[in-house]
Amino acid sequence: MNPPFSPAVIDDLIQAAYFLAALFFILGLKRMSSPKGARVGIVWAGVGMLVATLITFLYPGMHNFGLMLAGILIGGIAAWWSGKRVAMTAMPQMVALYNGMGGGAAAAIAAAELLHSGELAPAAAVLATAGALIGAVSFSGSLIAFAKLQGLINKSLRFKGQQALNMLVFLAALVMGVLIIIGHATGPLDVALFFLLALIFGVLMTVPIGGADMPVVISLYNAFTGLAVAFEGFVLQNPAMIIAGTVVGSAGTLLTQLMAKAMNRSISNVLFSNFGETSAAGGEVSGNLKPIDAADAGVMMAYGSKVIVVPGYGMAVAQAQHKVWELAQLLQSRGVTVKFAIHPVAGRMPGHMNVLLAEAGVPYDIIADLEEINAEFVTADVALIIGANDVVNPDARNRKDSPIYGMPILDADKAKNVIVIKRGQGRGFSGIENALFYMDNTRMLYGDGQEAVARLIQGIKTLD
Amino acid sequence: MIDGFIALYIFMLAAFTGYEVISRVPVILHTPLMSGSNFVHGIVLVGAMVALGAAAGPVEQVIGFIGVVLAAGNAVGGYVVTERMLEMFKTSGAKQGKAP
Repeated sequence: MNPPFSPAVIDDLIQAAYFLAALFFILGLKRMSSPKGARVGIVWAGVGMLVATLITFLYPGMHNFGLMLAGILIGGIAAWWSGKRVAMTAMPQMVALYNGMGGGAAAAIAAAELLHSGELAPAAAVLATAGALIGAVSFSGSLIAFAKLQGLINKSLRFKGQQALNMLVFLAALVMGVLIIIGHATGPLDVALFFLLALIFGVLMTVPIGGADMPVVISLYNAFTGLAVAFEGFVLQNPAMIIAGTVVGSAGTLLTQLMAKAMNRSISNVLFSNFGETSAAGGEVSGNLKPIDAADAGVMMAYGSKVIVVPGYGMAVAQAQHKVWELAQLLQSRGVTVKFAIHPVAGRMPGHMNVLLAEAGVPYDIIADLEEINAEFVTADVALIIGANDVVNPDARNRKDSPIYGMPILDADKAKNVIVIKRGQGRGFSGIENALFYMDNTRMLYGDGQEAVARLIQGIKTLD
Repeated sequence: MIDGFIALYIFMLAAFTGYEVISRVPVILHTPLMSGSNFVHGIVLVGAMVALGAAAGPVEQVIGFIGVVLAAGNAVGGYVVTERMLEMFKTSGAKQGKAP
């Protein structure tokens, strides 16, 4: 299409650009795995993406360039706008949303290829259909995950025979897929029915899963989308898509395993166990909740020698990270050692709390994860729990009948005193009672995270 | 052409690469990394463009167009969100937090 270049040269150019893109993606991901170079990593991956996208306009024999540009602008600007203005706390659901879009795109490619049918070799037909199924499930599943984290869906829908129904829908989708592959059903309606079944399965699979498990599910769908992209890459004979998709597929699978492991559960357990259904199983807790006012709590911390802060989702919701860091600095200036203890699944994603604390400017060296900090709680005068619940519930250690039994927790109950900042007397995301709150050395400081911490700061300042 | 065993080799090597690249990641970077890998599969945009470029009838054009819109959203949104997260991981120079 460009007179000075022969088609062979253009093809080489395209292949070289895709090679570079694949290389930059891998190098970028590699850099993103260490805090120092992480920022550079995403820029490299971005350069790879830009090169690959621009060169694709030279692809031989293409038309619909107007539609193509319009589509890129519409999707790109909408995503740019939403990504820039969304609050840090809403990042997990945005990842889910964009991931779903990628799955949907992979499914759309498959749909276009399947409707072209007849041109596809058997292996390509199998991969196109498999990619379509995975991509469509990732699309509708991710949208449900987004809706749940965004608070658009609050209930986890569960009913009798749910697993059987899910299985039935999945099998139906599979049968349709096989019919398409062997060429018995290739009309637009057949393909539409196949996609409809896959989309319904994605919804059904995700609705019963509780919000606390969403990070694992989002990570799983991220891996799904990667795999779908790799399959469609094979159909389109596009090495950049095959490599990038496969790398994400395997990396996402590993990440999913790491997250599930942090909760001491398997992936299938997360997907099929109907976690939280037995909300009564937490059983009765003896003792009562003992409130404390901010001034007393402030004194307790200001005259202690060590305070360990345990942040949770409540801190994210209240956007309290800046205030929390202000409080920590105030305590440090009085000679108190302050540390932050991060549970692997605190918040809605692994590392969620780290991101928020980093945003507030908390240095890495006072942030510790579960293995590092658990032995230190015994030496702490105060464990300050801000909006965390299930991750500090000692029932996970002590009560075999508890739904969260066996989950590794932060041993906040071993500190000399525990102060819990909590909005009200409600239960955690898993819906079970927290024995920590009823312990003799625990005091409850009720209030919105940010405002409660502000009161603590006030209380400590008036001590001078 | 990438077919048969060549494709299998690529799948295998890329799968190990993904596994190895991720396996040494500190927990602190899990969310940004998930977001980063979410961006990387935004390469599906390239495929969506090719699919739309080859689309014949109106049905295929609509499907291809939807694919391009969704893929562009994946790529651009994935980049913006990841970049914003990583922006906060400034190197140790920024130890002292800003006083609110």
